[in-house]
Amino acid sequence: MPWDRNQMAERAAQELEDGMYVNLGIGIPTLVANYVGDKDITLQSENGMLGMGPFPYEGEEDPDLINAGKQTITELPKTAYFDSSMSFGMIRGGKIAAAILGAMEVAENGDLANWMIPGKLVKGMGGAMDLVAGVGKVIVVMDHQNKAGESKVLQACTLPLTGTGVVNRIITNLGVLDVVEGGLKIVECAVGVTEDDLRAATEATIVD
Amino acid sequence: MKKVYGSASEALDGLLFDGMLISAGGFGLCGIPELLIAAIREAGTKNLTVASNNAGVDGFGLGVLLESRQVKKMISSYVGENAEFMRQYLSGELELEFNPQGTLAERMRAGGSGIPGFYTKTGVGTQIAEGKEHKEFDGETYILERGIVADLAIVKAWKADETGNCVFRKTARNFNPPAAMSGKVCVMEVEEIVPAGTLDPDNIHLPGIYVHRLIQGEHEKRIEKVTTREKEKA
Repeated sequence: MPWDRNQMAERAAQELEDGMYVNLGIGIPTLVANYVGDKDITLQSENGMLGMGPFPYEGEEDPDLINAGKQTITELPKTAYFDSSMSFGMIRGGKIAAAILGAMEVAENGDLANWMIPGKLVKGMGGAMDLVAGVGKVIVVMDHQNKAGESKVLQACTLPLTGTGVVNRIITNLGVLDVVEGGLKIVECAVGVTEDDLRAATEATIVD
Repeated sequence: MKKVYGSASEALDGLLFDGMLISAGGFGLCGIPELLIAAIREAGTKNLTVASNNAGVDGFGLGVLLESRQVKKMISSYVGENAEFMRQYLSGELELEFNPQGTLAERMRAGGSGIPGFYTKTGVGTQIAEGKEHKEFDGETYILERGIVADLAIVKAWKADETGNCVFRKTARNFNPPAAMSGKVCVMEVEEIVPAGTLDPDNIHLPGIYVHRLIQGEHEKRIEKVTTREKEKA
């Protein structure tokens, strides 16, 4: 059985170490916050907050307190607020240890595409280009294949890029892969998935 | 010099002209200058270029200026929440210049700080870098981005004193300080104007030098995505 969304988030949470400042993207990456356990992780929200807390209880929503996905959230005792230029100063300046992001496509050289499908709805890159250019480590969490069953882990991206050579690790429903010299290296297979399954589902070059 | 005006329309009097560039604060619908947006709609100023991280939603925020066809071009990082925006963009009625969010914030900050351009690695190797100067520093490639100097900045803070010293509240700060800095003129709306001396000088988020005109008013502060968690069972 491949991993489900929560299991992928749980696996991604293992990447986080005590004391890290981390930015989580929208979708499955947001769920990673549920699995950090006792680790002292500080979440950054690029709209201007460090120390993001959980969603509020009903009736306690504050319109002045949202995350980068525009959802209502809460603050913690360690929370700090700042403006957008300082927020991206810390992102671009390499102060954020890791970003966990979703993706449409990832290539074996670490290229990432996650902001635009030409001819379809065009929403924009938001802070994704700044994040992948600036943070210490970029971890992508996504389904291994698209709805048509085609690999999203490719030799080369076909969609407009968010960044070139930026991805360090890919966590999908089928397993974990690292971007290394010459291609991707299998780190781990999901429970019940074999290396052969993973290779068969991957268009990108897999190296030993 | 008196900075406090009686209404948004009075505060904008003499500042608006067709074809102007406006920087606007806010992230999504959080911390947006809703009173000034409404007054610009009423004034009917046309062919606006608006630098703002987002474009509001249908019927609220900058969405109201899109509905009235007052906007010619948006400079934004994310516009996914607005169906009217998409319709006008896909039909060619509206121009759109995508900026990475951090690049947009820094363009505003730089423009307001006397820095006409800066190099960033954000966007290198992507569509965003096309046509821009590339330069290598210490073995890494960067692209040149220009500072934004706007004809007018419209921003929102929580409280200000009558000299324009202001404080923001929580994540409603977002793009407001850099947008304010980028304006040749900056008009600010707040929830409360207090006498000078009331705010702690050590805790001013944006000094009044950046604020030229000021109004106080009631804000709707609409929430875009109410998200809650269940109370743990006792």
